[in-house]
Amino acid sequence: MNTPTLARPAGFAADVASIARRALRSLWREPEFLGPALFFPMFFYVINIGSLQDVAERIPGVDYKAFQVPVAIVFAVTGVSRATVLVLDVQQGYLDKMLVTPVRRTALLLGMMVADIVLVFTLSVLVVAMGLIAGVRFETGVLGLLVFLLIASAWGMAFTGIPYAVALRTGNPAAVNSSFLLFFPFLFFTSAFVPREAMTGWLGGLAAWNPVTYLLDGLRSLISVGWEPGDIFGAIAAAAGIAVVTFWLAFSALRSRVAGPA
Amino acid sequence: MIEADSLVRRFGDVVAVDRLSLTVDRGEVYGFLGPNGAGKSTTVRILCTLLAPTEGTARVAGFDVVDQASEVRVRIGVALQESALDGKQTGRELLDLQARLYGLRGATLQRRLDAVIGLADIGNAIDRQIGTYSGGMRRRLDLAAALVHDPQILFLDEPTTGLDPPTRTKVWAEVRRLQREHGATIFLTTQYLEEADALCDRVAIVDQGTLAIEGTPSELKRRVGRDLVVVELAGDTTGATTGATAGATDAVADLAGVDDVRITDRTLVVATANGAGLVGPVAVRLAEKAFDVASLTVRTPTLDDVFLEATGHRLRDDGTITEEVTR
Repeated sequence: MNTPTLARPAGFAADVASIARRALRSLWREPEFLGPALFFPMFFYVINIGSLQDVAERIPGVDYKAFQVPVAIVFAVTGVSRATVLVLDVQQGYLDKMLVTPVRRTALLLGMMVADIVLVFTLSVLVVAMGLIAGVRFETGVLGLLVFLLIASAWGMAFTGIPYAVALRTGNPAAVNSSFLLFFPFLFFTSAFVPREAMTGWLGGLAAWNPVTYLLDGLRSLISVGWEPGDIFGAIAAAAGIAVVTFWLAFSALRSRVAGPA
Repeated sequence: MIEADSLVRRFGDVVAVDRLSLTVDRGEVYGFLGPNGAGKSTTVRILCTLLAPTEGTARVAGFDVVDQASEVRVRIGVALQESALDGKQTGRELLDLQARLYGLRGATLQRRLDAVIGLADIGNAIDRQIGTYSGGMRRRLDLAAALVHDPQILFLDEPTTGLDPPTRTKVWAEVRRLQREHGATIFLTTQYLEEADALCDRVAIVDQGTLAIEGTPSELKRRVGRDLVVVELAGDTTGATTGATAGATDAVADLAGVDDVRITDRTLVVATANGAGLVGPVAVRLAEKAFDVASLTVRTPTLDDVFLEATGHRLRDDGTITEEVTR
């Protein structure tokens, strides 16, 4: 009965690499994807500075151009992912084609996320370049800039869990496209536009509970203040906390999708 | 090579597969014939480890499809219905990815890629994005992808549905070649009677999630009877089959030598051991009873007749079935 076969499980790392290669290719073939991802943060950066710079800079010590760079980054990297590809794989049945192979199931998601890392890091670099062109300088120097990019990318990665979870649970592209809406309360109930000290009662209260506030504080402090361990740790903790929740959602969605409910 | 024992698969209240058991031997082309919604694809998905059965067990190549899914996966090749392929990759990239997921490397990988690219036979299009392919090209690429690791067991879920006749013939030739030259065991689902008849060593007719009948095509046809006298009734075609045709069944049922009588629409089919001998008596009896006969022929049974016998329906080419037929 035991039939000889050429095939064998390729191993976890090889599976992730194979899936990542395809995801990166799909990224490369959809350069139009970068357009909106860059347009919105740049648009809001210009508008926010144009409309609020004079008012905001009445608060002593605020450099509003620097203050807005982290907001632009968060706008750029939050909610972008290859979930748009995964949901089509689910809907059109290509995921099944991969699932009949011995591929490790988690590699299917992690491989996609490798492409996401490349994407969010690229977007972060481009947005920071925009800030530098606008005259923003880092108090923490080049190393601080690097840490800034890594934290921004980590945040972008942390949020990818949500669209992946939606893709795997629903198999519905429209639902995936709407999933970035979840991000709006995160971004707007926070210190995106004015420092927390200047916010009024209820919004200030909400902002204190919002992980994006700590993310922005950490990123801002790298630009304008210097090495503040508390702020930096806060930003990392915010990204890590979100990652724990969203990755749990994504991987449990993957498990229930590949097991096929009995 | 493939054994299923009392498989049940429920989706909520719907029972898609209902206590289905079957055995497929090594080197055999096994046809799983049935209308849309009969449970064909669900059965294939269970056997391919994509779906867990609600009850029952199945073993493929000697391994349990639930507990030893990985062992099963490395031994089977699967081409699912509708050839779902990623349109943004080129054909070559898709085959390469599939091969790597099967753990192929280096020279083996290259050798197998060359082999299946030759098999897909789509020329330079192999380096174009799949989004630009025709239905037939996608199907050939899908089949090539299923073969990239040279599996001994192949699952083909409706491999020719929606293909034009010349392309369908090519797929048939390929299936025959795989069986002949590689000794592959092939489990094939189809809604085409002629496909099951032309390709399969054994055919199972599946209806409402259960196996209605199973055997070699010739065995199955013999069960219907050696000859069929087929009468096309003329006259009022607007009338339902009810009154007029029910009478026709009764009219001939008591003739000597009649084994079985069935009617669909306006076609009366009489099964008998001796067709030539029965044509006269049937014609005379129908004339006596004032039925208007448009044509009267004798033929040997087809799988269509087997399907009717087993399920009480006729199977149309689009995978739907006719209403229950009066006996």
